[in-house]
Amino acid sequence: MLELINDFNVLTAFWMTIRLALWSSLFALIIGTIVAIMRLSPVGVLQWAGAAYVTLLRNTPLTLIILFCSLGLWGQLGVEPASRTSDTFIVDLNFRLAVIGLAFYHAAFVTEAIRSGVNTIPVGQAEAARSVGLTFAQNLRYIILPQAFRGAITPLGNVLIALIKNTTVAVAIGVAEAAYALRNMIEFRPDVILLNFLIIAIGFVILTLPTGLAVSYLSQKLVVRR
Amino acid sequence: MKQHSPYRIAAVLAASALVLSACGSDDEGDGGDGDAGDAGNGATEGEASGDGLTIGIKFDQPGLGLQEGDEYSGMDVDVAVAVAEELGFAEEDITWREAPTPQRENLLTTNQVDMIFATYSITDARKEEVQFAGPYFVAGQDLLVTEDSDVSGLDDLDGRLLCSVTGSTSANNVQEEVPGVQLQEYGTYSECVEQLANGTIDALTTDDTILAGYAAQDQYAGQLRVLGEPFSEENYGVGLNKDSDQCEEINEILQGFWDDGTMETIIEENLGAANYTANPDLNPPAEIGGHCG
Repeated sequence: MLELINDFNVLTAFWMTIRLALWSSLFALIIGTIVAIMRLSPVGVLQWAGAAYVTLLRNTPLTLIILFCSLGLWGQLGVEPASRTSDTFIVDLNFRLAVIGLAFYHAAFVTEAIRSGVNTIPVGQAEAARSVGLTFAQNLRYIILPQAFRGAITPLGNVLIALIKNTTVAVAIGVAEAAYALRNMIEFRPDVILLNFLIIAIGFVILTLPTGLAVSYLSQKLVVRR
Repeated sequence: MKQHSPYRIAAVLAASALVLSACGSDDEGDGGDGDAGDAGNGATEGEASGDGLTIGIKFDQPGLGLQEGDEYSGMDVDVAVAVAEELGFAEEDITWREAPTPQRENLLTTNQVDMIFATYSITDARKEEVQFAGPYFVAGQDLLVTEDSDVSGLDDLDGRLLCSVTGSTSANNVQEEVPGVQLQEYGTYSECVEQLANGTIDALTTDDTILAGYAAQDQYAGQLRVLGEPFSEENYGVGLNKDSDQCEEINEILQGFWDDGTMETIIEENLGAANYTANPDLNPPAEIGGHCG
């Protein structure tokens, strides 16, 4: 088992999975928050655009989005978020394209998680904030978003766990993460196929289980008691 | 406190029943990939036993094993049909199943297919799991480039972008040979060919047969060419379960095909359009057999 892990750089592969998950979740949180604000805003066009974004991205298969990032964004539209002269051009490029795809896809779920957090806040609070003269931005900044995030920790944590596992889709464009290691293991060591699966599965459990526990802990600790 | 309504319990039971039944049908060999295609051909699916013959092929490789509606075409398909005829099975008795690269050993060891003709290179690691009849054809790893490309050999690839599929030996070979090459890997060759045709990447590498099959496709006519300088030997064998006793028999049949010219006809019919000719130094294979058991 140790031999397999060494031969196929499983640890490096999981480090790539972690990097993918961290960068994607960071950007997904930013994009998701922006879209959530659009959906909450009093401007009709923004509301519509936010709703359209969520509907479109949430209902498109992730594999398709990731493949589009490579074949469409890079292949057809020539978007190259990496330097051609670099020795690691392809590696950087695929990593960044995968992060773009993962972030935009999961942002749709982040938006909905934050909206569910907003729904935990009694309407009276927003009305009270308006009546004491806070603007929409102040209302968001001081009243709604702080409580919404604290109320949305559980759904946000679920999105994060889903995202960690969804990074495996990045193998479709050749990012050397856990699923990529698994494919190589299956190709070159078909004699221990179950062990291959087991190693990768254990790796993901090691990543997702503590995430889940941390989320439960935080959601209890930070819950807004009313 | 949460309430446990009878509905909730019923829902859990129903869900677990679904999961269990899904497992059950897998065991009977009608799950897995390629079902959508199989359903269309009206053939009975099931255990690789009984009257018919279940043969695993690629469904997505033009010129080698390709499914179009309920028609199957390609070199592997034609060889399989010819071998099956010698074994006493008519073409109608054959049930085709998709045998994607990572699943081939599994399909054989679990007897979901009787034999596999799917650009299946004979390797020592694979021989631990399955046995091979053949080789019936020796392909070589080569490069596919655009018609106007200045790449003329492996050495020109330094600093270029090369495409292959994940989990493939071909890519590793080239990277050992030319460390400066940058490797783009996709799930299937179709994506590589697309990126090659639109000029995003410089070359695609895998077995020359597979490359020739893509170059011969109508939509890429005149755009792509196979370099024609193979730098490896891929011995395509017929994958069989270790318990199968047909291995030696198939070896003799394959030898017969080379002796009477059947193989040449099959190669010409399927890959001829890409100006592809089998490497004359290696074909016919020097020794057909020796990989049984």
